[in-house]
Amino acid sequence: MERKNPVFTVFVYACAILLASVILAPLAWLFVMSISPAADLAAKPLRWWPQAADFSRYAQLLSTAENSAGAAFTASLRNSLEVAGMATLAAVVLAVPAGWAVSRTPSVGWSLSMVIATYMLPPVALSVPLYMGLSWLGLLNNVFGLALIYLTILAPFTTWLMKSGFDSIPREIEAAAMIDGAGLFQTWRIITLPLAAPVVATSALFAVLLAWDEFFYALLFTSDQRAKTLTVAIADLAGGRVSDYGLIATAGVLAALPPVLIGLVMQRALISGLTSGGVKG
Amino acid sequence: MSGTWMTTRAWLLMLPLLAIMVAVIGWPLVDTVRLSFTDAQLVGTAGNYVGFDNYTKMLTSSNFTRTLSTTTWFAVVSVAAEMVLGVLAALLLNQEFRGRAVLRGLMILPWALPTVVNATLWRLIYNPEYGALNAALTQLHLIDDYRSWLGEPGTALAALIVADCWKNFPLVALIALAALQAVPRDITAAALVDGAGPFNRFRFVILPYLAGPLMVALVLRTIEAFKVFDIIWVMTRGGPANSTRSLSILVYQEAFSFQRAGSGASLALIVTLLVTVLAVAYATLVRKTAGSAT
Repeated sequence: MERKNPVFTVFVYACAILLASVILAPLAWLFVMSISPAADLAAKPLRWWPQAADFSRYAQLLSTAENSAGAAFTASLRNSLEVAGMATLAAVVLAVPAGWAVSRTPSVGWSLSMVIATYMLPPVALSVPLYMGLSWLGLLNNVFGLALIYLTILAPFTTWLMKSGFDSIPREIEAAAMIDGAGLFQTWRIITLPLAAPVVATSALFAVLLAWDEFFYALLFTSDQRAKTLTVAIADLAGGRVSDYGLIATAGVLAALPPVLIGLVMQRALISGLTSGGVKG
Repeated sequence: MSGTWMTTRAWLLMLPLLAIMVAVIGWPLVDTVRLSFTDAQLVGTAGNYVGFDNYTKMLTSSNFTRTLSTTTWFAVVSVAAEMVLGVLAALLLNQEFRGRAVLRGLMILPWALPTVVNATLWRLIYNPEYGALNAALTQLHLIDDYRSWLGEPGTALAALIVADCWKNFPLVALIALAALQAVPRDITAAALVDGAGPFNRFRFVILPYLAGPLMVALVLRTIEAFKVFDIIWVMTRGGPANSTRSLSILVYQEAFSFQRAGSGASLALIVTLLVTVLAVAYATLVRKTAGSAT
């Protein structure tokens, strides 16, 4: 065991405080900006804490009054929810049977390896034909079209997570059910899926996070409130001529809230999912 | 049940996934290859076959070589910094101290923050007139005048790298921490008894356990960094004076801003090839590291 050297202990605590500050300072500043009056943010020297907290920007962005900043924001929020929801649902529906098949029949595993290898492809390598294809189908600037494209990212990842989840469910349990006369889908319903529920949930959460985070395809394939997602709306705000930086920060806080909450609540499951990827490869 | 039926059933179960993957990845990739040999525009003309013209034009353009070196620089520096900071943070989080569980929990925050929000946040921090960085450095008397961190070619790329590192080193830390927790305590204790100093303990006892997972993290992070688009697009759009333009942004400009689908496609495939070579080289390295560590 390490000897408890007091100098070492002080050093450990100093490093811990430094690390915590590095992580928290930018996030805290994002929040402070969102509740600081515009004058405080433009003050020199800069005011690090608002004289009076001002939450009006949150109300402003979440209001649905026509032609307001809120209308654009809430529309993009709804689009993000729709696209992430649809893409996740589709990815899980595709991933469950495929992940199970590869887990139980390793001889077809090479096809999943090929699917996963597509992770290396930069999205720009697919973007031109996808753009032309969506345009031909009339699915540009459309949440269905975008959700379909998101499967390029979500489906390989969820299938791979599902496969490792099914690997940890002994096939003897399934075999017993089948000997008792249960068909494949019945066995899934009664035995496999209840046991795999945590993995399905983790995969779905990862998929939601990936879809929520996506920017490149959304930037290319959407153009107005009918399909623009949050990430594009925020990039528009950040790159536009908005004079109130607090409003941009508020949009950032609102967009970050769902994934950050998912991250905190599901910490254990997410970390084990992430690190098993790192450890097992 | 016979093996053939099992295999047939497996293929049937995979069919929906594979069909969709062929539609949204396979076909577009093949079509990108076809387009790369044409002078097609994004909208309108289907284009004529032009052989390797697009490739020679792109590979010999000064834009490409400059962008390649910018991207490489971004990838090498940010990934190296993320690895070092990640391992240091993991070593810290593996010590015993009060509040450790909370600090471990905080590490998930930058990872969970959407990339675009992270980019926006740092863009605000770097703001030349009202940014927090300028304010903090001025109030600490480290600089006299506010600077345009993202507006000057000399600092823009470094500023981007800092923002990218902040978001990504916690993930490396979590992966390294999981690996550290797998190091048997009696081995570190034995090394201590044998009189190994902190450096030697790290180098010969702990590092072999870290090597495998870290190599995987290194591969994934390098591939990601090489494909970088989002953070640069939101923070600088590749500017000022193209000093932060990555390969993905160059492809975007060629194919979508200038609507030259053909040459954009050839450029995209060159990038894909580079990433693939990188990944294969790394995979070989990972296999070797994994082999030597166990």
